[in-house]
Amino acid sequence: MKRTKIQVLSIHALLILAVFIICLPVILSLSISTQSETQALSFPPRLVPSSHMVSNYKTAWNTVHLGRMMFNSAFIAISVTIGKVIMSLLAAFAFTHFEFKGKNILFFLILISLLLPVPVRIVALFNVVGKLGWLNHYAGLIVPFWASATGTFLFIQRFKTVPSELVDASQMDGCRPMQYFFRILLPLTKSTIGALSVIEFIYIWNQYLWPLMATNSDNMRVVQIGIKMLMNAESSNNWGVIMAGVVITMIPPLLVFFIMQDSFMKGFALQSEK
Amino acid sequence: MKQSTFKADVLPYVLLLPTFIILIVFLFYPALETFRLSLFTVHPFTGAERFAGLYNFKNIFSNTEYMHSFGISFIFTVAVVLLGLAFSMMIALLLNERIKGMKYYRSFLIWPYALSPAIAGALFNFLFNPANGIIGYFTGFRTWLTQGSTAFLIIILAAVWKNLGYNIVFYLTALRNVPRDALEAASIDGAGPLRRFFSITFAFLSPTTFFLLVMNTTYAYFSSFGLIDVLTEGGPARSTNLLIYQLYRDFFVNSKTGYAAAESLVLFLLVVGITVLQFQTTEKKVHYQ
Repeated sequence: MKRTKIQVLSIHALLILAVFIICLPVILSLSISTQSETQALSFPPRLVPSSHMVSNYKTAWNTVHLGRMMFNSAFIAISVTIGKVIMSLLAAFAFTHFEFKGKNILFFLILISLLLPVPVRIVALFNVVGKLGWLNHYAGLIVPFWASATGTFLFIQRFKTVPSELVDASQMDGCRPMQYFFRILLPLTKSTIGALSVIEFIYIWNQYLWPLMATNSDNMRVVQIGIKMLMNAESSNNWGVIMAGVVITMIPPLLVFFIMQDSFMKGFALQSEK
Repeated sequence: MKQSTFKADVLPYVLLLPTFIILIVFLFYPALETFRLSLFTVHPFTGAERFAGLYNFKNIFSNTEYMHSFGISFIFTVAVVLLGLAFSMMIALLLNERIKGMKYYRSFLIWPYALSPAIAGALFNFLFNPANGIIGYFTGFRTWLTQGSTAFLIIILAAVWKNLGYNIVFYLTALRNVPRDALEAASIDGAGPLRRFFSITFAFLSPTTFFLLVMNTTYAYFSSFGLIDVLTEGGPARSTNLLIYQLYRDFFVNSKTGYAAAESLVLFLLVVGITVLQFQTTEKKVHYQ
């Protein structure tokens, strides 16, 4: 339908308003993160940036060992993502390219796992990870998250759209299943792998409850907990430093998001199909 | 489409083994064990277990503080889901228009998806802080976070804000499936924009809406923990003490293992109930493309 000029203008106006409202908290945090303690606490509030950027970011970085936490979060998020991608690729391959006994029940069990987020099993999960000696260790923050129903479903969707002729032809050429998987299927799945990686990296980077319970030493903490620790350490409400910390912890997931935006959108489009 | 299959006896099981080892050790066993523990009382120091039947459940449901958390979690969830879906549907409809610069609008409206609930908590803490929060300054009302009712409102706003990007992505995807010729035909037949929206577009959005209903409900019940911990710590005076925060406190701070396990089971039943409800409604009423 053709829109009149006024309609187009009002759509622009509404979108700009929406962008403004959604981005406002983050734009403000950028500005505040450059202000000194008194500037950030001034009333009426000061909206324009100031010159204390470097010192605020340094203070935030050093007060709670943010560098170490950034490393922890990145290491954990990347390890979980890689594990999830590999495991769900293999599982999806099994479900789409083989007939075997118990297929339906195994598929159903993976489906059920969607109903068991961490809080539902947290009491015993804490005990299990404790018995393995994994509390306060990377393993306790990584291994329990390797299985992925989302990933398995996403790859099943993708594999189903690969033409059957490719399987038939490769079988006639005497190609073994795993050769087919690595040589033909994997290269066709790149953008789905990209999409799942974005989703999982962001999901793990942003986790809060489990890392809070599964770690207690400062050198094993992750950045999300670091924000809270920074707010407690800067109890005088030194908002400049706190916002500097907030900005630092926002950067990695935002980078991942913007760099991989296209495959992310594609992956989501597949995920919402029934 | 059915995929052609390979012949192999053992290979598919080998491929599924890693996933199922993780599922059994870290999902199914802990879930069952949590449900078992909900029927026991566990000594905080010795770990000695004693069978208690439904004692923990009687306890939590006769605890007025828990019931308070139960109630506000429900109100919180309903508010987060309704506001979140309404706003994101409106924004997605705008983003579905064919006008210049849409790609940039889209990026700048979706990206809060990448932010965490804890970040949302920190940002809203600053916006509404009693000393010099921007919102306090412009509204002349400065005690947003120190009064129970307004603090509750703010955790709703923060949770909605954080999840908008996620919802918009799904609505945008669904809107691509709405046939433009059907809308044009309806327009020629004299159907106004509202009529067109409710009789055509909304029908195509309904499967996504139901999917998002479940996802946002679990988000509100479970993922709000980081937000609460950074923004209000359940206060003031328990006004934002949602079920998930209470569960954390009972298990981790108060070491009431059996009691906390019972709370977990209640959360699980809530999720299952909502999911079953979703499946039933989707099958009967929802229009599939």
